[in-house]
Amino acid sequence: MQTHLAKRVEIIIEAPMETRLTAALEKAGVTGFTILPVLGGSGRSGRWSREGQVGRAGMVAVICLIRPERLDTLLDAAFAVVERHIGVVSVSDAQVLRAERF
Amino acid sequence: MPDMLALAAQNLLSPVILCFVLGLLAAVARSDLTIPEAVAKGMSIYLLFAIGFKGGVAVAAHGVDLTLGKAMLAGIVLSFLLPFLAFALLRAITAMSVTDAAAVAAHYGSISIVTFVTATSVLQAQGIAAEGYMVAVAAAMEAPAIISALWLASRGGARSEGDGDLWREIFLNGSIVLLVGSFLIGAITGDKGMARIEAFIVTPFQGVLCLFLLDMGLVAGRGLAQAGKLLRGGTLAFGMVMPLLGATAALMAGLGLGLSTGGVALFMVLGASASYIAVPAAMRVALPEANPSLSLSLALGITFPFNLTLGIPLYIAIAQSLTGG
Repeated sequence: MQTHLAKRVEIIIEAPMETRLTAALEKAGVTGFTILPVLGGSGRSGRWSREGQVGRAGMVAVICLIRPERLDTLLDAAFAVVERHIGVVSVSDAQVLRAERF
Repeated sequence: MPDMLALAAQNLLSPVILCFVLGLLAAVARSDLTIPEAVAKGMSIYLLFAIGFKGGVAVAAHGVDLTLGKAMLAGIVLSFLLPFLAFALLRAITAMSVTDAAAVAAHYGSISIVTFVTATSVLQAQGIAAEGYMVAVAAAMEAPAIISALWLASRGGARSEGDGDLWREIFLNGSIVLLVGSFLIGAITGDKGMARIEAFIVTPFQGVLCLFLLDMGLVAGRGLAQAGKLLRGGTLAFGMVMPLLGATAALMAGLGLGLSTGGVALFMVLGASASYIAVPAAMRVALPEANPSLSLSLALGITFPFNLTLGIPLYIAIAQSLTGG
């Protein structure tokens, strides 16, 4: 099966920042992304868990698959939002089946 | 004093408080007991709707008077001012940074609607009447503290990120919309409206509150475990001293307004409680450098259990002794 090189960007960010991040991505022309709930984890602020959180709390993961040449545009847009916030941004290589969709 | 202790004991032995204690102990003992997130959310929607609607019906029955406006204004002023007191206290007795102290101060200027609902239920069980419009006062006290805290942070050199969306999210926060909306529906439909949905919002209320507080006990218990690791000396003391200072300020305002015994007690609960729903999300957006674990551990792990077990009976007893109720 023919596959194509893509970049997978995973941004784990605080839930209250989710709409700000997705709005910035859309403004930068990144219209395809997936948002996943995150159950818990541990970081510089100690252990945390989604369970038992009250209100719009915890973290979410925003995942984008894009063509490699669009990576910088996406990272610039994301960085402007996440720069001062708790979270993790990671980029990895991925293979996709239908290149025209990304 | 013996009366106060008897009242405290009576309050501690109510099903509502015992459910909270059960959740707290289960969490501390690291039991796997959990309430599904969607169920907890559903119960909080039910409780907000019920308490708002009942408040509106009470206003419809007794009419609107000048005291309502004065109480709301007093609540807003109190919510604006309490962060200054909290900030000064934190800077005096802890080594917290300006940003962290401002974020914590915002939580303590705002209110905990769960503590308010519990206090309302305790008053009702003891047959102590309170002004129905205190629900509207509670809603009005959610947001002003955020403005004070952002001002304190920026004056101290911290960068804050307030934008138009932030203020829309604060003022149209789901709990505020539901509380104010159900209050208005109750005020518009009055006793006739109540007669139609009484079976849904009155009879099951105590049972739902029990289960909800079981969940809040689990949340507070986990907060307490976190607080044990994170909070020390002055910060721990702040979590118990600040509610008493807030309650004292609210007591003076309530007495000045001429509120009933129940009204004064509820105003004290509002002054004493700390937010852990609307404010934390706002602070994450506006003051991202603040440590969220500090504020939540204090508000949920220390102040919330303190108010629920010791604070509420104390505030009611003080209100009773000073108003002669």
